Amino acid sequence: MNSNKNTLKVFAYSYLLFLYSPVLLLPIFAFNDSTIISFPLNSFTFKWFAGLTEETYLQESLKNSLFVAISTSILSTCLGLLASRASARYEFFGKKSILSFLILPLFLPEIIVGVALLVVLMQLGLPLSLWTVILGHTLVCTPFSIAILNSAFANMDMSLEEASLDLGETRFGTFKRVILPMVSPGLISSLLIGFTISLDEFIIAFFLTGTETTLPVYIWGQLRFPAKLPGVMALGFLMLLLSLVLLSLFEYFRRRMNRIVEDQSNVQFGDLFKT
Amino acid sequence: MIDKLKIDSIKNIVELDGVEKHFGEIAALDGVSAQIREGEFFSLLGPSGCGKTTLLRLIAGFEQPTKGNIAIDGSQMHGVEANERPTNMVFQSYAIFPHLNVEENVGYGLKRLNLGKDETARRVNEMLKLVDLDNYNKRPAHALSGGQRQRVALARSLIMKPKVLLLDEPLSSLDKNLREQMQVELRHLQRTVGITFILVTHDQEEALTMSDRIAVMFEGQIVQIASPQELYSRPKSKRVASFIGVMNFIEGQLLKDGDQNTTVDAGILGNVNVSPDQIPMPLNSGPVIIGIRPEMLTLLFEDRDRTEFEISGVILESTYFGDMTYYTVQVTGLKSPLTISMRNTAGRRVLDDGESARVGWGAESLVILKKSEV
Amino acid sequence: MMDRVKNWFSSDSSRGLTLIGLPFSFSLLLLAAPMLLILFLGFWTQDYLVLERSFSLDNYIEAWSEPMYRDLMLRSLGISATVTLATVMLAYPMAYFISFHGGNRKALWLFLVTIPFWTSYLLRVFLWKVILGYNGVLNSSLGWLGMIEEPLTFILYNANAVIITLTHAWAPFAILPIYVALEKIDRSYLEAAADLGDGPLKSFLRITLPLSMTGVVGAALIIFIPTIGDYVTPKLVGGKDGLMIANMIQVQFMKANNAPLGASLAVSAMGIVSIISLVFIALNRRWLRKRGT
Repeated sequence: MNSNKNTLKVFAYSYLLFLYSPVLLLPIFAFNDSTIISFPLNSFTFKWFAGLTEETYLQESLKNSLFVAISTSILSTCLGLLASRASARYEFFGKKSILSFLILPLFLPEIIVGVALLVVLMQLGLPLSLWTVILGHTLVCTPFSIAILNSAFANMDMSLEEASLDLGETRFGTFKRVILPMVSPGLISSLLIGFTISLDEFIIAFFLTGTETTLPVYIWGQLRFPAKLPGVMALGFLMLLLSLVLLSLFEYFRRRMNRIVEDQSNVQFGDLFKT
Repeated sequence: MIDKLKIDSIKNIVELDGVEKHFGEIAALDGVSAQIREGEFFSLLGPSGCGKTTLLRLIAGFEQPTKGNIAIDGSQMHGVEANERPTNMVFQSYAIFPHLNVEENVGYGLKRLNLGKDETARRVNEMLKLVDLDNYNKRPAHALSGGQRQRVALARSLIMKPKVLLLDEPLSSLDKNLREQMQVELRHLQRTVGITFILVTHDQEEALTMSDRIAVMFEGQIVQIASPQELYSRPKSKRVASFIGVMNFIEGQLLKDGDQNTTVDAGILGNVNVSPDQIPMPLNSGPVIIGIRPEMLTLLFEDRDRTEFEISGVILESTYFGDMTYYTVQVTGLKSPLTISMRNTAGRRVLDDGESARVGWGAESLVILKKSEV
Repeated sequence: MMDRVKNWFSSDSSRGLTLIGLPFSFSLLLLAAPMLLILFLGFWTQDYLVLERSFSLDNYIEAWSEPMYRDLMLRSLGISATVTLATVMLAYPMAYFISFHGGNRKALWLFLVTIPFWTSYLLRVFLWKVILGYNGVLNSSLGWLGMIEEPLTFILYNANAVIITLTHAWAPFAILPIYVALEKIDRSYLEAAADLGDGPLKSFLRITLPLSMTGVVGAALIIFIPTIGDYVTPKLVGGKDGLMIANMIQVQFMKANNAPLGASLAVSAMGIVSIISLVFIALNRRWLRKRGT
């Protein structure tokens, strides 16, 4: 029994090393004073990070990405809120089919989504812009929002709503005073996840941006220029740090959501398969 | 107790007229009619699935009846939403808002009335005092025990001064001691406040302890409305009789001899004359079920103990409950054994299994019920 | 009559439909319509920049009969299947370790497992290129350790590189669902099995594995279906021999100006993947039923 556990332990640590191998290279080469990304290493330097501040195109793309990510997170959270509220509280004709359709984007390769949207937009004669990217990203992020908020609503006791109505409050008042506060951790989790997915999304953005690019599209462009690569490493490292902060926030709000409703359930990937 | 002199001025605060509720094919309520009087403690009692909670929710306005009318204080409630009715409800789970503290919970319904901070605080404190939760104002919801939550739920509803307070199995999640304590407190509270309470419960003991009147429900219908005493001693059917407390049933024959003289042939127990009030539902001559409560049968210990009627039997089993002992006695000539309860008074011994015993009883302890399917 | 109408408007059904109306319309517009259009597009033809909207099976015929496209499709399926298998097989023991031997630190392990994936996907693929390259980290390390004389060349710019990179990229998507499924297994089942005489391997095969199957199937589907459509990895590390169908679809839509052919390739790929997935699910159900779960 113990030998099994030990082999498993060795495997786990080796696998962890495998998972970290590319990522560990980021700080190594970001601080390496050389334009060539390979061993052996040169001396330590901050200059690649400093250089980032001069890349105006990078900063433009970053701003665009932030704009797209924020818009996407808000839009997908709103849609997700409506859909999961409808799903948790009401029964209606075609409910199962509609919900299955709404989470379909999860199971489609992004290239199909990107290409399909591109075709439609071209047929309609609409120009490509950041807004078209936002539409594509929202389509892909809404299923995640639905999964998170479904869990939040499922944990909410329906008699709380009835109690509020019973005490004289209107439906809208009930939503504002009872429902919203109780699902707010879920809302914040959904916003964070939508933001994170959108920030890193490449393919749909690649197909649907016009002249203004997002950060991943910018990075893609940079990968052809060897001189630019250390700067990209520095950028990547910074993005990793940002993601860590966001992930920790997400975890914090998820725990608050559980504490408020005094339930032990976890919002997990597995929830996506429960619909 | 309802003062008999005041009967003429008693108002019906809730009137149910032929109320039906269907969920698809299922009829949860199958034609319910009743009048609930102002100021009374009224219970809806029945097993799970009998429709009592559905009926409560219809009165509260969370559902609309499929057929029939509900009137509260004279006004028809058809189409009136829950938040517009003069009722308030204490939910089975208490539904205390988890993100608010005690005073925010209790004052929740007052917010729309725009009374101002001082007046709201005054009323909240008054209510907290009434339910024995003074100084709990800032306590967060998750830090409350079950019993405390229940009081917050009560305070929150009563502060709205409803015409009717609806309670959905409010004591079912409490442990036994707390439950018994709360039964007394709820009764006391109702008397103090004077508001009509309608309580839903499946626990007959609870209903008997607290209510002025009880409506017994089976399968979506009300089968009997009566005071606890009447319900216990004069149940209208075998089903009601066995639902409320324990009862012995013996087969017999009803022999009618004019309207005044009615005799019951109780087999081995002999022929007994019964008075009309011992027959709750009108019956014709023929086979009947005779009911007799365990405490109406007595074991005769001394030779000199005498009762109107007596038969002999053998003790099969005894169960000790502290204040009472329940005996199962096999009586010669009766198919099923009888259950007899005896108070464990000082000096009285507990009979052993296998001992022979003398079982005594009086004619007035019988109740004659229809012999039916159930 | 008006009463019934009024009743319906305030009924649960109408409220639910109103709420879901917005997201559903959004999806209809942005998902259903484009999907349908792609479907139709495959049946049209395009000559340079002119789109001919008459029904034609030419593109589908070309997609299915041209050896180039056929090989590409088969290679894509092969890579997807290999990646799915490899990822799941590596992820399962990891998930098992965390669930059964993680103790108080399960959350920490899960956190650690996901951190590497909070970097840009593009960068990660690029970094694999750095690792697997001729002068890359792997080769220089192995050379320095004296384990090889010449740098390995079979690990970059071909299908192998694509498989390695994707097996890395999909890891958390396999670990998490399997972990969730394993967590749900009531440990007392395993204790009961041990009590009845099963050794650790037997109880794993007879209880743990079948009960965790939903997680495994979920993981497999979530990896297999999107991998077919991966663009970035084949492009960056696939060289010539590692390119996949998505790269061809992109070419047809952009440079080759043959959107209908691209559409027919896309639809064919999705169709094949869906059928394989459904067969997989059905087979899995039968396997579970045979084992008596």
